[in-house]
Amino acid sequence: MTLVTGSMLASDVLASGPISTITPLHETPIPHAEVVRLLAAWTDDGRADNFREHEKRYGRLPVVGTSGGVGRHLLIDSVRRAGLRGRGGAGFPTADKLSAVAATKGQAVVVANGCEGDATSSKDHTLLQLAPHLVLDGIALAAYALSADDTILCLHSGSPALESVRAAIAERRDPVRVTVVEVPHRYTASESSALVNFLTTGQALPTTGPRAAVRGVNGRPTLVDNVETLAHLALIARYGDEWYREAGTAESSGSTLLTVGGAVTWPGVYEVELGIPISDALELAGGESESLQAVAIGGLGGTWVPMSVAAELPLTHEGCAELGISLGVASLVALPVQACGIAETARVLGYLADQSAGQCGPCMFGLPAVAADLADLAAGRRDRELLGRLCKRLGVIPGRGACSHPDAAVRFAASALRTFADDARAHAKGHPCEWAQQPSWTPLPEGVTA
Amino acid sequence: MSRYSGPSLAIDPITCTAHGLCAELLPEVVELDEWGYPILIDGPVPPALRAQARAAATACPTLALKLSRG
Amino acid sequence: MDQALWFASRGTGLVSLILLTATVVLGAQHADRTAGTRWPRFTVHAVHRNLSMLALAFLAVHIGTAIADSYVGITVLDAFVPFVSAYKPFYLGLGAIALDLMLAVIITSAVRTRVPLRVWQWVHRAAYGLWPIALVHGIGAGGKDASLLWVQAVNVLCVAAVVVTVWRRLANRRRSGAVTQAIRVPRQHNRSRVEAGAR
Repeated sequence: MTLVTGSMLASDVLASGPISTITPLHETPIPHAEVVRLLAAWTDDGRADNFREHEKRYGRLPVVGTSGGVGRHLLIDSVRRAGLRGRGGAGFPTADKLSAVAATKGQAVVVANGCEGDATSSKDHTLLQLAPHLVLDGIALAAYALSADDTILCLHSGSPALESVRAAIAERRDPVRVTVVEVPHRYTASESSALVNFLTTGQALPTTGPRAAVRGVNGRPTLVDNVETLAHLALIARYGDEWYREAGTAESSGSTLLTVGGAVTWPGVYEVELGIPISDALELAGGESESLQAVAIGGLGGTWVPMSVAAELPLTHEGCAELGISLGVASLVALPVQACGIAETARVLGYLADQSAGQCGPCMFGLPAVAADLADLAAGRRDRELLGRLCKRLGVIPGRGACSHPDAAVRFAASALRTFADDARAHAKGHPCEWAQQPSWTPLPEGVTA
Repeated sequence: MSRYSGPSLAIDPITCTAHGLCAELLPEVVELDEWGYPILIDGPVPPALRAQARAAATACPTLALKLSRG
Repeated sequence: MDQALWFASRGTGLVSLILLTATVVLGAQHADRTAGTRWPRFTVHAVHRNLSMLALAFLAVHIGTAIADSYVGITVLDAFVPFVSAYKPFYLGLGAIALDLMLAVIITSAVRTRVPLRVWQWVHRAAYGLWPIALVHGIGAGGKDASLLWVQAVNVLCVAAVVVTVWRRLANRRRSGAVTQAIRVPRQHNRSRVEAGAR
């Protein structure tokens, strides 16, 4: 078996181009592909490939079994040259993660994170239903690169992708069989240290201490990667880093699965090239269904950006960084003018406060306090001290928890106060906008009340 | 991080249960938020306060406050 | 001379018990955060520690004079190894146990930052056990002195202080548990979801 590097396997499936017809596969989300890489099977037949079809479409996995140490380094180098970055929200360079795990002594473990705790994002369970073999290929490759003897795929209990994943695993003959583990349905449970903690002790709580790469599941060096990252890895291994870089920008290479939601005509999951401006992404989703005021970028722990700024903002890590924000999990929620950003944010903060792991004071006390303040603000309660108190709290909470949950929640709240500043001031004076009581545009898990 | 500035304090947020001894001993370095949890100032401990900082770290009921060797 | 040593031993023994009682009372107060105390927390901590050192000092004199007193023939070994002494082996043995536990508590506290927290906590909790052992040792080994009215009064006061303190500590633990559950996100959420496999 030889590792393909630098040369592209020509395949007419990999030609990019817009899709004009949409075959709904689920109620929501509806996947579309502007760049056809991960979603090729769906684009062709409207369903996932079985293993035989998968091998026919993408070619056989180039590296399987024991080919010695050289192959492993070649793979990691290829990933590094391709510039693959994590798709779980942090955007950490995948090659660095792989190297960190490879450098640690001990038998490695590969954990694929398909939990997708953020309700604004549907890409992971969509990917697992439409291209499970790509993800499983990625896991096998990572296991090969790290000489891991244990591979685990984590999904939230009750995930719609469970069946598809189990069926796909049953068709394969990987050297290391993938174990599917169901994780409690809690927002903080899918954070990587919480995941490692859950796999080691059964408690899905974030921890302080060494990173998973150094000391992970059962103390072993552990790679925790988002399932989409691993799917990209599977393509890089086949077609090389030069091919991978044909899409995207220098710092944010490749394609990504983007969930577009809110006030757009066709909310759904889209495979797009990194670097397209948000306005293009919204166009792909059929354009705005009504006039928009702002977009939430990066999920529930992300950032509200006013439409005037968001329209031209390229979907890249560096583009977002220039604006002082983070790309995060690739999801967009388009908020119409006839909606209340403060009320939306109040509802989200209430959810995030409730989802705290309850371990660190600033998070378990601070987030509910912020959520209560925002709820008061949304209701238009007249309180001259409210905005001052809220801003003070937002300043005091970040950086003092074991994980980034409170930081993300505060970021979301603070961005709302900036983006909807006029609304905030009006609300604080006792004049809430007329849309504060409307049903919410921001998705939250079922069973969460306003 | 600064190599020349000596030991600094850090708090394990999970272990900390807001007993507040650190703020009593080191008001110049530790402030309590409205919920009783400590906020540390950035940077290393001023040399004059190092003995106090060590005492605070030893006295912390949950050993959440730690003084790095610097 | 022997008489003086004997009196010194008994006297310092009683003082040790009083100091130990005060140490336990302050220690329980220090651990119990919801007990409103007029002293700052670190003061409670510091006084607790100093009292324990003072108790240890008096204990050293108590044991030293008992050994030096040739009348009853207590050896150094008898002070540390329980139940091997020739004189009142049972009650002296209790004293040895109390001493050993106290040394364990003090030594682990001295190296507190180098010992796992849980180890330190369990050894420290042994203080609640060593105190009654010391009390019984005092009553049993004290002989005729233990039946003196004022000695009995001291013993009763010490018992009352510790009983009240421990009772308040337990009551506050139950109360603070309920309060914290009301305002904190219950941690057991995670456990029960793992067990029930809930969505």
